[in-house]
Amino acid sequence: MPPVAKFNEVTGTKPYLYYQTPGTAGLHYPMNSRLINWFKFSSPATFYPLAGRLVPIFAVLALALIGVGLYMSFFVAPTDYKQGEGYRIIFVHVPAAWMSMFIYLIMAFWAALGLVFNTRLSGMMTRALAPTGAIFAFLALWTGAFWGKPMWGTWWVWDARLTSELILLFLYLGYLALQGAIDDTRRADRAGALLVLVGVVNIPIIYYSVQWWNTLHQGATISMDNGSKMGVTMLWTMLIMALGFWAYTIAVALARVRSIILEREADTTWVSELAEVRL
Amino acid sequence: MFSAFRTLMGRDLLLAMRRRSDLFTTLFFFVIVVSLFPLGIGPEMNTLRLIAPGVFWVAALLASMLALERLFAVDYEDGALEQMLLAPQPLFVLVLAKVTAHWLVTGLPLVLMAPLLGLQYDLSSEALGVMVLSLLLGTPALSLIGAIGAALTLGLRGGGVLVSLLVLPLYIPVLIFGSGAVEATASGLGGQGHISMLGAILVLSLLLAPLAASAALRISVE
Repeated sequence: MPPVAKFNEVTGTKPYLYYQTPGTAGLHYPMNSRLINWFKFSSPATFYPLAGRLVPIFAVLALALIGVGLYMSFFVAPTDYKQGEGYRIIFVHVPAAWMSMFIYLIMAFWAALGLVFNTRLSGMMTRALAPTGAIFAFLALWTGAFWGKPMWGTWWVWDARLTSELILLFLYLGYLALQGAIDDTRRADRAGALLVLVGVVNIPIIYYSVQWWNTLHQGATISMDNGSKMGVTMLWTMLIMALGFWAYTIAVALARVRSIILEREADTTWVSELAEVRL
Repeated sequence: MFSAFRTLMGRDLLLAMRRRSDLFTTLFFFVIVVSLFPLGIGPEMNTLRLIAPGVFWVAALLASMLALERLFAVDYEDGALEQMLLAPQPLFVLVLAKVTAHWLVTGLPLVLMAPLLGLQYDLSSEALGVMVLSLLLGTPALSLIGAIGAALTLGLRGGGVLVSLLVLPLYIPVLIFGSGAVEATASGLGGQGHISMLGAILVLSLLLAPLAASAALRISVE
């Protein structure tokens, strides 16, 4: 039998490992290094210190990558022969748009995991990711407007991509509003998870309907497609920025999930025994 | 199973008939919103004919959303909903029955009223026909999708505003194809593709929305 991490919810004792062998139940063994217990970190009490160790790593990584990416996008990447200097905002715009979509998918992953395995941490992760996703969606729209003004001569076009990004922002806001309105955290987690899953099923439908609506309304608009013709330097810059945004997302989400854990588990003994709480 | 469906639907319809003011609020909301647009935009018939599909569909969207709050709330308050969750019949069927009754009370009157209002906007008889058809296919889908939002926000403070935030983004495909069908017909392109898409959305939401709504009900009542 694999070792099971047990966390006593009643007394709030620290997790311990034991083997559920018949006759020896309750006997404490040292952790077997060859067996990986996948559920070990699904307990907030064990995940909290792990997240605490990971946050600085990813924060430094994010700073370094975004620093290098910004330097490259301002000084290394060549000026575009058609769009001039103004195009440089896509080094923020495109990674932000990517992240806003990825984060929703990751939220859906945690939501499904939480509904299936009924783990508390999954709901907290979904909750911790949502504000970052909303910020990236907003950032993508905002930088898109800054890009559109010099290029298209207007702040906003009812382009299929812009519209679906806006709808994605609405989906994030709906999730956050629902979370905010429910006081019972267990219900908030499960209701939010269901909403995220419904949203994920709907995203392709919304995307294609918006695209079709757009082509029917105004024919061919200005194409935003410049991915294939992009220079190697520009592509690398964009990739570095995207990786930097990934690291930022992970760092911020983990820092936020630590706060959520502390808030929700405030009554337990392990929280009151933490060094930072006792100070 | 089918008798449970019929019983619950009959009960909900009877309850709605006993409280007829609820029934008319949705309908009058729709009528008033549609009639307000010419006052705001001006009586230019060419403009009105252009915006009619969008106005009708947005008004139908808002009206169906207004009515959502009552879908489960009354049963939730008097405890009947808990009995439904405990019933041996699958919750899927019961939710479907409730949504059907809800649509018959709040959606169908809009569909029947739409051609009359369409005359105010000088729509051709062909466009009117397509509008009725598109509303007939679209409003049940709205009720079904909305049921998920209504179930999720059951018993929450500020539930009405919250429902709109959750449900309106999900309504967008129905809005696009619904008003697109009328518009395409009015401009002579033919709205058959849009109508087919609306039908597909209706079938898909008939299958999936009651499932999601029953899961949401279990979460909310738990």
